Amino acid sequence: MNEKWKMESQRKRYSKALIELGKQRKDIVALDADLSTSTQTAKFAQAFPERFFNCGIAEANMMDTAAGLAASGKTVFVSTFAVFGTGRCYDQIRQSIAYPKLNVKIVVSHAGITVGGDGASHQITEDIALMRVLPNMRVIVPADAPETYRVIFEIVKDRDPVYVRMGRADVPTITEEQDRFKIGKATIMHEGDDVTLIGNGIMVSRCLLAAEELKKHGIEARVLNLSTVKPLDEKIIVKSARETGAIVIAEEHSILEGLGSATAMVLGENASVPMRRVGIPDVFGESGDCEELMEKYGLTAENIVNAAHDVLARKK
Amino acid sequence: MDLMHEKEVEKLSERARTIRQHIVRMTHAAGSGHPGGSLSAVEILITLYFKIMKHDPEKPSWPERDRFVLSKGHAAPALYAVLAEAGYFPVEELLTLRKLGCRLQGHPSMTWTPGVEMSTGSLGHGLAVANGMALAAKLDRKLHRMYVLCGDGEMDVGEIWESAMLAAHYKLDNVTMYLDRNMLQLDGPTEKIMSIEPLADKWKAFGWNVQEIDGHDLREIVMATEHATQCHGKPSVIICHTVKGKGISFMEGALHFHGKAPKDEECTKALEELGVCK
Repeated sequence: MNEKWKMESQRKRYSKALIELGKQRKDIVALDADLSTSTQTAKFAQAFPERFFNCGIAEANMMDTAAGLAASGKTVFVSTFAVFGTGRCYDQIRQSIAYPKLNVKIVVSHAGITVGGDGASHQITEDIALMRVLPNMRVIVPADAPETYRVIFEIVKDRDPVYVRMGRADVPTITEEQDRFKIGKATIMHEGDDVTLIGNGIMVSRCLLAAEELKKHGIEARVLNLSTVKPLDEKIIVKSARETGAIVIAEEHSILEGLGSATAMVLGENASVPMRRVGIPDVFGESGDCEELMEKYGLTAENIVNAAHDVLARKK
Repeated sequence: MDLMHEKEVEKLSERARTIRQHIVRMTHAAGSGHPGGSLSAVEILITLYFKIMKHDPEKPSWPERDRFVLSKGHAAPALYAVLAEAGYFPVEELLTLRKLGCRLQGHPSMTWTPGVEMSTGSLGHGLAVANGMALAAKLDRKLHRMYVLCGDGEMDVGEIWESAMLAAHYKLDNVTMYLDRNMLQLDGPTEKIMSIEPLADKWKAFGWNVQEIDGHDLREIVMATEHATQCHGKPSVIICHTVKGKGISFMEGALHFHGKAPKDEECTKALEELGVCK
C-alpha cells in the first residue's frame, strides 16, 4: 500500500466512538455474540459493564433481544462479524428491526475478502446485497478509521436502523479528522472531468491511487467516496456521469447487488454512460494474505485504471 | 394481585365468549386467518389484559406499562379482539382485519396498530424480544413485567432455546412466558411433526421456573401468574394445556382450522354455539 497514508483500524475507532457516546448518553447499550474482543466492543463492556450484554454464539437471539431493548427506548449497538451479523440472523433483522423500524445500529467488522486467512466461510462478500434490499435499512461502508468514527456519531442522531460495515484489516487513512459525514451524502475526494471513479470502504484508497496513475496519462479522474450505499446519493452520481461521461465503481463486495449494481441502476435510468464495475467476481473467496487476496480477486488500483481506460475508450 | 371471586370469573368468562365471537366474525369476514390458535389463547389473553397487566389504552406508550409480546403472531385475531375490547381502537374496526389499507394486518405490526408492542409473525422471535424489554426494564430500575405468549409449534425453533438460555443467564425474573400447548401445528400433531416433549423438563433444565396449568381455567392462569411474579432470580414459563379451536365444537382439535377461516354456514353455526341468536 502507498506509504503516504497512515494505516489504522476501523474497529478501534468504532470502539473509541462507542465509549465516548456511552459517556454522553445513558441510553446507549451494546450487544455482541462472543466476538467482543475482535469487534472491540469488549472495551465498551469494560467501561460500562451494566450496559453490555454478551449473547453468546446466538446471533438470531441477539438481534431480537436488540429489538426488544430498542422498543423500550434504548439505542442499541449490535456487533459481530459481518458474515454472522447478516446471514445467520437475516429473518430477525427483517422482522424485528427493519419492519418495525427500530433503533438498532448493526455495526459489523471482518466484512469482505480482507478477512484473510479464515477463508470463504468468514469472508462475506454479499452482506451489502442482503442489507440494502431491506426497506427502512440504511447501509454505510466507511472508507477509513476517521470516517468510521464520524459515522458512529452521525447514526445516533436518529432512531432508525442502520447497517455499518467495517473490515478486519487496518485501512489507509485518506480522510481528515475534521471532515464531515452525512448519511446519504457522497464526498468528492479528488476533482477531475474525464472519468469518475466511485468507491467505498477500502476501495476509495485504491480509486485515489488509480487517479494518480491516470494523471500520468493525462487523464483527470474524479474520485467519489460513496460511503452510504443506501440511501444512495443519486444526485452526485448523475451529475458526475453528465460531467465526466464515464464511470467506474470499485468495492470490496460481490459485483452482484452491491454499490456497483446500485449505481448502475441509477445510471441506467437517468444518465446512460459507459460504466464498469470492479469488485469480487461471483465466487467464494479463499484463505490468504489480505493484499494477496485483493490482488487475486481484482481489487487493485491497476484494475481500476484498466476499467477507466475501457470506459474512456467507449465514451469516444 | 388478588384471587378472583365468582363474579369476576363470570365476568371474564363472558368476556371470553365475546372475544371468541369476534375471532369467528373477523376471520370469516377476512376469508383467511388462523382461528384455531386464536381460540386456544383466549383465556390467557383476557386474563392478561383484563386482570393481570398494568396498561392504559389512553396512554399506549406509558413507560411503566407491562409489555405483552404475541410471539405466535398468527393468533393476531385474538390479540386484536382483546385490544379493541380494552379500548385501544374501536370494536367496529375488527372486521377490517386483513383488508387493504387497514390497520389490522394479518400478523401484528407495532407500527400499524395501537397497543401492539412488537411486530411478529415469523415464529420463534417473541421471547428474545421480551428478554430485550426485560433487560431495558432492569437497566432503568423499572418494575413493569414482560409477558410473552408462545405456541407449542414454536418450540421447534432453535432461537427459542437461545433466548431461554439468555433469560436464565441474565436472571430475567420479570419475564413470564405462557406456552399455548394446544398440541397441534400446521402440518399435524406436534409430537408427530417434531417431538418437543418432555417440555416441562426441558424448561427446567434451561433454568426456568416451570408450572403446568389448564390454559382455559381463569383462576389457574391468575394463580400461576401470581406465583411467577413471586419467583425471584429466574424467568417463569407457564405451560398452558389448551384445546385448539376451543369453544366451538367442530373447530376443537380440528387441524384444518389452524389456518382456515370459517365459511358462511360454519360462521353461523359457530356464533350460535357462542350464544349469538340468529
